[in-house]
Amino acid sequence: MNSLTHSKKGNTDTLKWVLIITGCWLALLMMNLLPSKDSIFYLSSFNLNTAGKYMAYAILALGIDLLWGYTGILSLGQGIFFGLGAYCMGMHLMLSIGGEGAYQSDLPDFMVWNQLESLPLFWQPFKSFFFSMVGVMAVPALFALVFGFLTFRSRIKGVYFSIITQALALTVWLLFNQNSMNLGGTNGLTDFKKILDFPLSDAATQRVLFIATGICLILAFLLCRWITGSRLGKVLIAIRDNEGRIRFSGYSASRYKLFVFVVSAALAGLAGALYVPQVGIITPGQIGVLPSIEMIVWVAVGGRGTLVGALLGAIGVNWARSFLTSNYPDLWLYFLGLLFIGVVLYFPKGMWEVSGRLKTLLKSRKKKQPVIGKQLT
Amino acid sequence: MDQSILYVEGVTVSFDGFKALHDLNFVMAPGELRVVIGPNGAGKTTLLDVICGKVKPTLGRVVFEQYTDLLHLHEDEISNLGIGRKFQAPTVYTSLTVFENLELSLNRKKGVFNTLFKGLTSVQRDKIHETLATIGLQEKQGDIAGLLSHGEKQWLEIGMVMMQEPKVMLVDEPVAGMTDHETEKTGALLQKISKERSVLVIEHDMAFVRQIAEKVTVLHEGTVLFEGTVDEVQNHDKVKEVYLGRGDH
Repeated sequence: MNSLTHSKKGNTDTLKWVLIITGCWLALLMMNLLPSKDSIFYLSSFNLNTAGKYMAYAILALGIDLLWGYTGILSLGQGIFFGLGAYCMGMHLMLSIGGEGAYQSDLPDFMVWNQLESLPLFWQPFKSFFFSMVGVMAVPALFALVFGFLTFRSRIKGVYFSIITQALALTVWLLFNQNSMNLGGTNGLTDFKKILDFPLSDAATQRVLFIATGICLILAFLLCRWITGSRLGKVLIAIRDNEGRIRFSGYSASRYKLFVFVVSAALAGLAGALYVPQVGIITPGQIGVLPSIEMIVWVAVGGRGTLVGALLGAIGVNWARSFLTSNYPDLWLYFLGLLFIGVVLYFPKGMWEVSGRLKTLLKSRKKKQPVIGKQLT
Repeated sequence: MDQSILYVEGVTVSFDGFKALHDLNFVMAPGELRVVIGPNGAGKTTLLDVICGKVKPTLGRVVFEQYTDLLHLHEDEISNLGIGRKFQAPTVYTSLTVFENLELSLNRKKGVFNTLFKGLTSVQRDKIHETLATIGLQEKQGDIAGLLSHGEKQWLEIGMVMMQEPKVMLVDEPVAGMTDHETEKTGALLQKISKERSVLVIEHDMAFVRQIAEKVTVLHEGTVLFEGTVDEVQNHDKVKEVYLGRGDH
C-alpha cells in the first residue's frame, strides 16, 4: 500500500463521515420542523437548541484533538479560547440590546449598575457585527499566537506546558470575574435580546443558529481532516512520537506546534461564539479551570487522534450530562469521574477504540470458520 | 582548514564542571568515511551533539564547508544545511508507516504552509522507493515503524537520513544490538552511502570498524588521542593502554 491509495481511502472516509454528520444534523432539523407536536418523532425547539450547543462543543473538541490527539500537546486552557470567542460574541449581543435593557440605557445593564458613564473603548468595535464575527476567531487566535510563541520558543513542553496553560486558565478566570474588567464580573454577559435584529427568543432564529452551527461543524471537520491528511498532519504525528527527532529531520517543531495551537484556539473561539446566542449567557464559570478539564475529558472519552471520536465524545458526554443532571442530579459528577477513570484504565484510546473492537468481533463472527493465519495480521 | 567539510576547533563542552569535550580539534575532508572510537565517556556522542546543534559548546568553533559557523544555528537549520544525524538508539516515528517516515525526511521545503499544501511528486515518490530498496525494506513500506525489529528500525533511520541527502552523515553506533549478519549488511550499506557523501561513524565494535574504516580517530577524555588507519590504531601503545588493552573489545 503506498500513500496514494492511502489518501484516496482517507478521502472516501472523510466523505462518509461528512454525510453521516450532515444526515444527523438535517434529521434533527426535520424532526423539529415536520412532525406534529404530539408525534414521538417530534423534537422540541428546546431540545434542538440543546443539540446545537453540543455541536458547538464538538467544534472545540476537534481543535483539542488536533492539538492533543495528533500533536501530543495537552492544553488545559482551551476554556480560555472558548471564552474569548464567547465574550466577543456576547459583547456584540449586549450592544445589540440597545435601549431595551432594564435601565433603558444605551449601555449594557451591568455597566449602569457599575455606574459607568460611557462605553469602554475596547467595547466600541463590537458594535459592528462583522468585526465581532472576525473577532470571535481572531482574538483567541492572536492570544494563542503570542502565548504559544513565548512558550514553544522556550521549548516548554509536556506536563510543564499543561501546568502553565492551567495556570493561565485560572488567571483568565480571575480576571473575568473582576468587575473592573467591565465584562460583567461573576454574572457574565446575559439577557441578550436579538441578533442582527432577529429576536433570540424566537424558535425560527434558534433554528437558523442551529443550521449555522451545523455548517460550521462540517467545515471545521473538513478543515481538520484536510490538515491531518496532508504532510503537515504527518509532521504533527511525528512531533507527538518524537519531538527531538523531528528537528533533525529539518523541521522547526515549535512553528508547527504554534500553528496547530492557533488553529485549535480559533476553533474553540468559534465554538464559544456559536454557544453564546444559543445558550443565552456566558459567565467566567463556563470558561475556567474546571470546564477546560471537562473539555479534555470529552476528547479522552471519545477517542484521541481520530477526529470523529472527539466529535462524538463531546456530543455524547454532554448528552449524558444533560440526561443525568435532569434525572439523577446527584450522580452526574460521579458518573463523569467513573467514565474518565474507566476510559483511561480500559480503553486508553477512547470509546472509538471500542467501536473498532466491536467491528472486528462482528466480522469474525460473520465468517463462521476463521481462516487460521489470515486473521492474524 | 582548506577543503574541509567539517572543521571543529578548540571545542570544550562542560556539564556542571565536568568536561565532556576538552579543547577538541577535528577535521574531516569531503567524501571521507571516518570512524570515531573511544572508551565510554570519551565524548564521542557529545561531539556529534555539538556538530548537529543539540549541545552548544562553552568554547571553540564548528565550521561547515569552510564558511558556515554552526554554533548560532538551530538543529533544524543545521539539518537543512546538509548535516544528517542518525541516533544511537533507533529513533523513528513509531506511529507512522515506513513510507511516511521516509516521506517526512525528504529533502524539500519544510515550512508550515509548504507541508500543508504540497503533496508528493512522482520524482519524490521514486526517490522514496529507491531508498526503500537500498535499505531493504520495500516489503515493509506500509508497516507501522513502531512494529519493526531493532535492526530494521536502524536501517529505516539510516534511510531517513539518506532521504535528507545530507553532505555529511553523522552515524552513532549503527550496529549496537545487531546480529552478525545484520552488522555486515549495515557495513555494506554505510560503505555504499559513503561513495556519495561524507560519513562520520561512531562505533565500539572493532570487527565492524575493521570492515568499513579508512581513517580512525580515537577519542579519550574529551580530546583526540590519535588518528590513523585501523592497523596503526591497533598497534599504537597509548591507544592500547586506554582502550584496546582492556581486553573486552
